[in-house]
Amino acid sequence: MPRLFTNTRLTAIVLSLALVFALLCPLTGSADSKIRIMTATTDLASLAQEIGGDKVDVESVARGYQDPHFVDPKPSFLLKLSKAELLIVVGLELEIGWLPPLITQSSNPRIQVGAPGYFDASRFAKILELPTGQVTRAEGDVHPLGNPHYWLDPDNGLRIAKGIQNKLTEMRSNDAAYFAQRYDAFEQRLKQSEQQWQAQMKPYAGRKVVTYHRSWPNFAEHFGLNVVGYVEPRPGIPPSPQHTVELIGQMKRDGVKIIMVEPYFDLKTPNSIARETAAQVVVLMPSVGGEKEITDYFKLFDYDIAKLKKAFDETH
Amino acid sequence: MKRFAVLSALLLFSSIAHAQEAPSAPAKRDVSPANAEDARMKALEDQVRMLAGEVALLRSELKEFRESKSPEQLLPPQLLLASAHPQPGMLASVAAPAAPQTTQTQTFGGASGNAKLLNPDISLIGDFIGTAGRNTVSPSPSLQMHETEVGMQAIIDPYARADAFLSFGETGVNVEEAYITFTSLPAGLLLKVGKMRAAFGKVNTIHNHALPFIDRPLVTNNLVGGEDGIDDAGLSLSRFLPAPKNWFLEGTAQVFRGDSDDLFRAYRSQDLSVVGHLRAYRDLSESTNLDLGVSYSRGNSAGLQTASNPSAFFTNLYAADATLRWKPLRRAIYHSFLLRNEFFWSARDQLSPANFFQTQHAFGFYSNAEYRANRRWTLGGRFDRSGRATNASLTDTGFSGILTYWPSEFSQIRGQYRYGHLWDTPNDRFTNANEFLFQFLFVMGAHGAHPF
Repeated sequence: MPRLFTNTRLTAIVLSLALVFALLCPLTGSADSKIRIMTATTDLASLAQEIGGDKVDVESVARGYQDPHFVDPKPSFLLKLSKAELLIVVGLELEIGWLPPLITQSSNPRIQVGAPGYFDASRFAKILELPTGQVTRAEGDVHPLGNPHYWLDPDNGLRIAKGIQNKLTEMRSNDAAYFAQRYDAFEQRLKQSEQQWQAQMKPYAGRKVVTYHRSWPNFAEHFGLNVVGYVEPRPGIPPSPQHTVELIGQMKRDGVKIIMVEPYFDLKTPNSIARETAAQVVVLMPSVGGEKEITDYFKLFDYDIAKLKKAFDETH
Repeated sequence: MKRFAVLSALLLFSSIAHAQEAPSAPAKRDVSPANAEDARMKALEDQVRMLAGEVALLRSELKEFRESKSPEQLLPPQLLLASAHPQPGMLASVAAPAAPQTTQTQTFGGASGNAKLLNPDISLIGDFIGTAGRNTVSPSPSLQMHETEVGMQAIIDPYARADAFLSFGETGVNVEEAYITFTSLPAGLLLKVGKMRAAFGKVNTIHNHALPFIDRPLVTNNLVGGEDGIDDAGLSLSRFLPAPKNWFLEGTAQVFRGDSDDLFRAYRSQDLSVVGHLRAYRDLSESTNLDLGVSYSRGNSAGLQTASNPSAFFTNLYAADATLRWKPLRRAIYHSFLLRNEFFWSARDQLSPANFFQTQHAFGFYSNAEYRANRRWTLGGRFDRSGRATNASLTDTGFSGILTYWPSEFSQIRGQYRYGHLWDTPNDRFTNANEFLFQFLFVMGAHGAHPF
């Protein structure tokens, strides 16, 4: 009797292990010449596409209209991550709530943190709002490594693109000239667009604005806007009546007429603040793909600047 | 290493230069009429100036050096962990950082001041529970610091990461989980070794503080061994399996020592327990998805008092789970809905009161719905029904209403009304239990990932 049961148990163990092994089939990529890239956000996907051209397949985990702090680590992403050769992340703990389990469970050695296929774009960007002194959550969901919304500065876009060019070159040295040429073209186009954007924004230099979340410091610094307040009392903390009243007072004193809101936040509080202060709520897109028409990194700034310009003109 | 040596040499040198500068400063004020003294002073002053110039030069060199180092030096902490053994590919990209602009305000690549270097990510979660009302079958203390869980997570080396969760309860300390995960195995295999919550269904894998209710479902207590469920030392191997288009399939096989609460017990060292789990997932749309699973577990029945040969008594557990989630991406932080059902079948070998070998076949399930009404409030409900593993003819029933409030992402206040129609063994009858539970949760330290 006991011997029989021992045998059954062993068989069960062996069978369940065998089940897994028997179903092994090569999931690793075929000799596909395109580099499979996954990015955390659409902006990084757009930059990777600019440099990689038709030598890469790029897909983003988060959608452009999604709050990048809160993405569900769905298993459907795991399959894509398991095949990726390069993973480009925003870093600075923006994705800390969802990316680490995806990376671990992807069981893809190429994209594990620190592996050659793990690319942290923040290493190439100019980072703002680095906390000094003690960091506590009394300040809300602060990012101790600096503000992670750095891609909204075209200069950072260019720096990241350079980093991506180097990385792709390292991965496919045969295509080095191709990537270099793509980068040069991107740089040239970005510089041209940059002139237009600066010209469009010049009349509004120094204007005071309020934003919902601290998503815009790099954008504001680059285009000369002055962010004087936030709808959120602290990063990641929903609006409170007391803070809203204070903000309304401040906006009236400072003559702030623009409230910049990300597409994933509720408009109720911003709208009521706008009614009190005769300001305008402008839903700006922090990421590529936030609207259908924003198909790449250039259109992102085109869209946001056009919307801002219109709002500035209407409120003055 | 070489860089660090050069850096520390530079630092040392500049501090020596500092130290030399400081004592010479008062010499300037110490004016003496003697010519010889004057000349000496002048010489000293010159020397001080020269040294100051040198310090300035060194400082600027050091600054340049730091800046050129910054891409590697200033990585987020977990990156630093992994780059302890830099790979050739990494260095190449490090050596080619961003455009070489060096204005004063420029900061490339995040903070170094806050970098905690090789420390693991540490978190602490406090779970306080209060209970009021009447429950004669399984009474809870009126107020209790139910659990204080310390979590430590880190990347161990380029091939593995590790997670450890120590739970300090009212009665002692328990290693809830502590395991290493090998992430770089061939053929897409993922191996975990250590003590872990078994991949048996959904609720068994979830830590107390991450549950959508304060207590565990009745079926967990009745059929899956109590609050901790199947939580044991062993090995776990999982892998994605080939699946039809748009489906995600994952298989997991686990072997444990065979000691799990009131469920399994290893009477001999070879009395191992096993767990097998198959998960199927599909996105129905961008905001809706379906998550299905079947699980199996087998081990030696625990709690046999009089059996002469306990290793011949087994408990076979089967489970099926189904979860439907809805979360619109544009309003993910405000609205979501989750519907989860888990079914459990238990076949437990034991001795009947008359000392005959018998197998009890018990069934239980719970059904849970959760709706996030806005950013701070979530409404939930749960229906419970479960037989008892040792006596399948006794079926406990219950339901709960749950209301959760989040002041922020890092604290949570929850209330739960719980009704139970439970078998009261000493009195040999069913009794009603009506209770109100409340819970305060707080999170310190590292921002853990949200379970999915």
